[in-house]
Amino acid sequence: MSIPHPAPETGPILGKLSLEALPLHEPILVVTFIGVVIGGLAVLGLITKYRLWGYLWTEWFTTVDHKRIGIMYMILGLIMFLRGFADAIMMRLQQAMAFGGSEGYLTPHHYDQVFTAHGVIMIFFVAMPFITGIMNYIVPLQIGARDVSFPFLNNFSFWMTTSGAVLTMISLFVGEYAQTGWLAYPPLSGIAYSPNVGVDYYIWGLQIAGVGTTLSGINLVVTILKLRAPGMGLMKMPVFTWTSLCSNILIVASFPILTATLVLLSLDRYVGTNFFTNDLGGSPMMYVNLIWIWGHPEVYILVLPLFGVFSEVTSTFSGKRLFGYTSMVYATVCITILSYIVWLHHFFTMGSGASVNSFFGITTMVISIPTGAKLFNWLFTMYRGRIRFELPMMWTIAFMLTFVIGGMTGVLLAVPPADFVLHNSLFLIAHFHNVIIGGVLFGLFAAINYWWPKAFGFKLDVFWGKVSFWCWVVGFWVAFTPLYILGLMGVTRRMRVFDDPSLQIWFVIAGVGAAIIAAGIGAMLVQFAVSIWRRKELAEESGDPWDGRTLEWATSSPPPDYNFAFTPVIHDLDAWYDMKKRGHQRPVTGYRDIHMPSNTGAGMILSGICLVMGFALVWHIWWLVALSFVAVVAGAIIHTFNYKRDFDIPAATVTAVEEARTRQLAAGA
Amino acid sequence: MPSNLPRFPARLRLVPLLAALPLLSGCGLVVLDPAGDVARQQGDLIILSTVLMLLIIVPVMALTIFFAWKYRASNKDATYKPDWDHSTQLELVIWSAPLLIIICLGAVTWVATHLLDPYRPLARTGPGKPVAAEVKPLDVQVVALDWKWLFIYPEQGVATVNELALPVNRPVRFRISSSSVMNSFYVPALAGQIYAMPGMETKLHGVFDKTGDYTGFSANYSGWGFSNMRFAVKSLPEGEFDKWVAATKASAEGDLSRDTYLKLEKPTHKEPVRRFAASDPQLFDAVVNMCVEPGKMCMHDMMSLDAAGGAGIAGIGNVRQVTYDKFAARGTVDVARWGMRYVAAYCSAPVMSNDRPDAKPVAPEKLKGEGLPHPGRPERTALRAPAAVDRPLS
Repeated sequence: MSIPHPAPETGPILGKLSLEALPLHEPILVVTFIGVVIGGLAVLGLITKYRLWGYLWTEWFTTVDHKRIGIMYMILGLIMFLRGFADAIMMRLQQAMAFGGSEGYLTPHHYDQVFTAHGVIMIFFVAMPFITGIMNYIVPLQIGARDVSFPFLNNFSFWMTTSGAVLTMISLFVGEYAQTGWLAYPPLSGIAYSPNVGVDYYIWGLQIAGVGTTLSGINLVVTILKLRAPGMGLMKMPVFTWTSLCSNILIVASFPILTATLVLLSLDRYVGTNFFTNDLGGSPMMYVNLIWIWGHPEVYILVLPLFGVFSEVTSTFSGKRLFGYTSMVYATVCITILSYIVWLHHFFTMGSGASVNSFFGITTMVISIPTGAKLFNWLFTMYRGRIRFELPMMWTIAFMLTFVIGGMTGVLLAVPPADFVLHNSLFLIAHFHNVIIGGVLFGLFAAINYWWPKAFGFKLDVFWGKVSFWCWVVGFWVAFTPLYILGLMGVTRRMRVFDDPSLQIWFVIAGVGAAIIAAGIGAMLVQFAVSIWRRKELAEESGDPWDGRTLEWATSSPPPDYNFAFTPVIHDLDAWYDMKKRGHQRPVTGYRDIHMPSNTGAGMILSGICLVMGFALVWHIWWLVALSFVAVVAGAIIHTFNYKRDFDIPAATVTAVEEARTRQLAAGA
Repeated sequence: MPSNLPRFPARLRLVPLLAALPLLSGCGLVVLDPAGDVARQQGDLIILSTVLMLLIIVPVMALTIFFAWKYRASNKDATYKPDWDHSTQLELVIWSAPLLIIICLGAVTWVATHLLDPYRPLARTGPGKPVAAEVKPLDVQVVALDWKWLFIYPEQGVATVNELALPVNRPVRFRISSSSVMNSFYVPALAGQIYAMPGMETKLHGVFDKTGDYTGFSANYSGWGFSNMRFAVKSLPEGEFDKWVAATKASAEGDLSRDTYLKLEKPTHKEPVRRFAASDPQLFDAVVNMCVEPGKMCMHDMMSLDAAGGAGIAGIGNVRQVTYDKFAARGTVDVARWGMRYVAAYCSAPVMSNDRPDAKPVAPEKLKGEGLPHPGRPERTALRAPAAVDRPLS
């Protein structure tokens, strides 16, 4: 085991790229690569065999339909989740093994990439696509819109996010990924201490995906503000739409900070500036501040939409109006604002004075007040309800019980003197997995089980759903309780080997927990497969399987391309519940042409060129950078000359679709 | 407020406490059962904050389970009010209950953060054991190197790698820096951690009140050899510490000169304990000022030049390539990367020390408001004399 290799020479044609960049000496990666190639070829072969390329291109890749883009985001998130979880399993295995002089099975060079990639992938390419996918699918339906405000931008955003993910995945087989931790603190991430391409993969993967995230944030903010159905004032918006609005405002306000910070870091790495270097006036502390000014709001970007999901689910499955809608909205807005004045709690230990530390500690605690209020609101929504324990509700209860513990340990870490002993420890790791798994993931699973019938017209299998649920909840606690305890034993994060053999048992337990979670993930995949297999039995034709309350349940499942044949008029919060109560009759005549945006391949092509540019930048292939840059600019200009942007769905088609729906409803009644 | 809100069953209240019992017993939980006064107060604070928060967490969890059970759809006896969605009294309770807890916790935070500020000299070495005015804390200079720790004892004239020996019951003042990347200096048994950053100095005060062998490590990932960046910590009785110093001097492998330091800071891992005599009193300040290399301008010189308007065009010519490069791939290659420049010193002025006088120890009674006149109430002299306070140094 030797201290790692130098930076490669830069050639004119291939830049730093050479055969040595292929990790042929890593058996784990070679086997993975062979697996990916075989699997990939099988998928491509099947697509070709069943002649699906045309279908995929016209119906999916080029689509501007928010529903299909939403589903593609979910698929992206799911694929990347499997990668991120594989990293987690590798870490758990390494840490369970490397005791008493054993080096485990991963070299530092490999292990350090694994934990960096795990963090980056789980946040940027799992959680973000998942929440963007859910918001994309549901928000326009909930506000009675036909699509988002900027449908092409939506497609472009998706493909940019995907390009970022693909670039990150390429690093697995060509070159290496960053060995810096998921936030790439300088000076470690500077060119001086990370001379190889890992950090460059990190930077360009995030920059490309960041364009997608920012544009999608703008898109959804505008959509929510401008495209609500008549009558839906801000205080009549469903809570999920409210939390999505706040989350997207946070995206728009905070992602540019990430972009700017990474630009400064790239300048340090590529042109020799000294923003974050040790020498010549650079300040690494500035980077740490900037990255967390983005990073803390990011946490709320992830969790707020799920708070909305829990509100919808609790209200629906309790058969009851949401308790304290107004205070729920105000709590969301409070959290949105407060999330900007707490960033320093991520580095109390950097040496700020006691007054600064206590300020940020106390603002952090203050956030727990609106969050607590939300929890009570869900609690009192259940109070005097009729709770149906379908899968989404089970996930919600599990969330409430899990998240309060994560919240409590979070407030604990906000007490600066306590943070001085727990910072960077496994206690911290347990804490944020407690809120991210317990809050974000459980929320996503609730959302997936809740809205799946809307998206596909059949319910998810309950048995496998329950298997997955119990594996996840039990597995979570088995995996992370040991980490809380290890943190109190003074064990720090990102360790590859351990001296003290008495710690091993806890890591073994945590590993068992991870295995139980793996079973939960497996059960979830089986659940999807079984449900698709049995879709006829599980079919749900009413469009409203859960006795829903918001507008998305007013249309068919899956909704037609145009969502609503007639734009609904809103009179009350819980618009669909209100319509049902007032004996709303679905209009069956008088259809008109519906104006819709046209599909375009521009988003995928431009993002593809950006991917090439990112790869060229990583490897310093300057001619390709120049070429692809010109191509992106030219492509964007050419796209503006595409005048075939919209079309009308003729009234006859609308009539045919709606009449089929009428027959379907009559048959179901 | 609805009248039939369930009362929280008293027996359940014990559950979290029972769950916490094994934690409190301290089966190797060094964070909750340390060997130093600072760390002990920090550990106690963790328990206090947890208990405060459990006051609200436990009822919420119990209510969640109770409501979920009571209002299950199959229980047709339970009241069902589908349109009930507001209650001003309840709203007041659900906003003010967390608020009250946070007010308490916020007050605790404010006081504790000031009392346990790592930059403050210690006012006590344990409960009821104030530090006498004439006691001077032991100075230890800490440098995080790639991937080992250097401890310099300026008073004793010794330096060690990966071994930190401290006398028990004597306050210790650490001045901490790093040679290359960010680390975090952490001895869980002694006191909380603080970052070690290149070109900067951080401070930490701590004291052991038990003797024994402990470990310290870097708590901030710093690259390839991070996992093995651990060091032994010995808390020694006073006489033993002097013996340790003498033994270290006797077994020193040489003097920690600047040349030795430059060799030492090159990346290595699993470095065994090494001992040096330390005679260069300016070494640590040179490390902080990033000018251990001969002929390199110190940061403070550069800053004072810049403050005076800089050296103009001539200053640009003064930026030289680094010849010895510890940077590129951490010293494995001898290339001068074009990005690696440094500014040559104009003259060799002595390194200015970053060692500023410490702030005064905090008087806890002021923070807690003890002894202050109560607004609108005549002063009562009896209250103004705190019983057994830990007197600050001043």
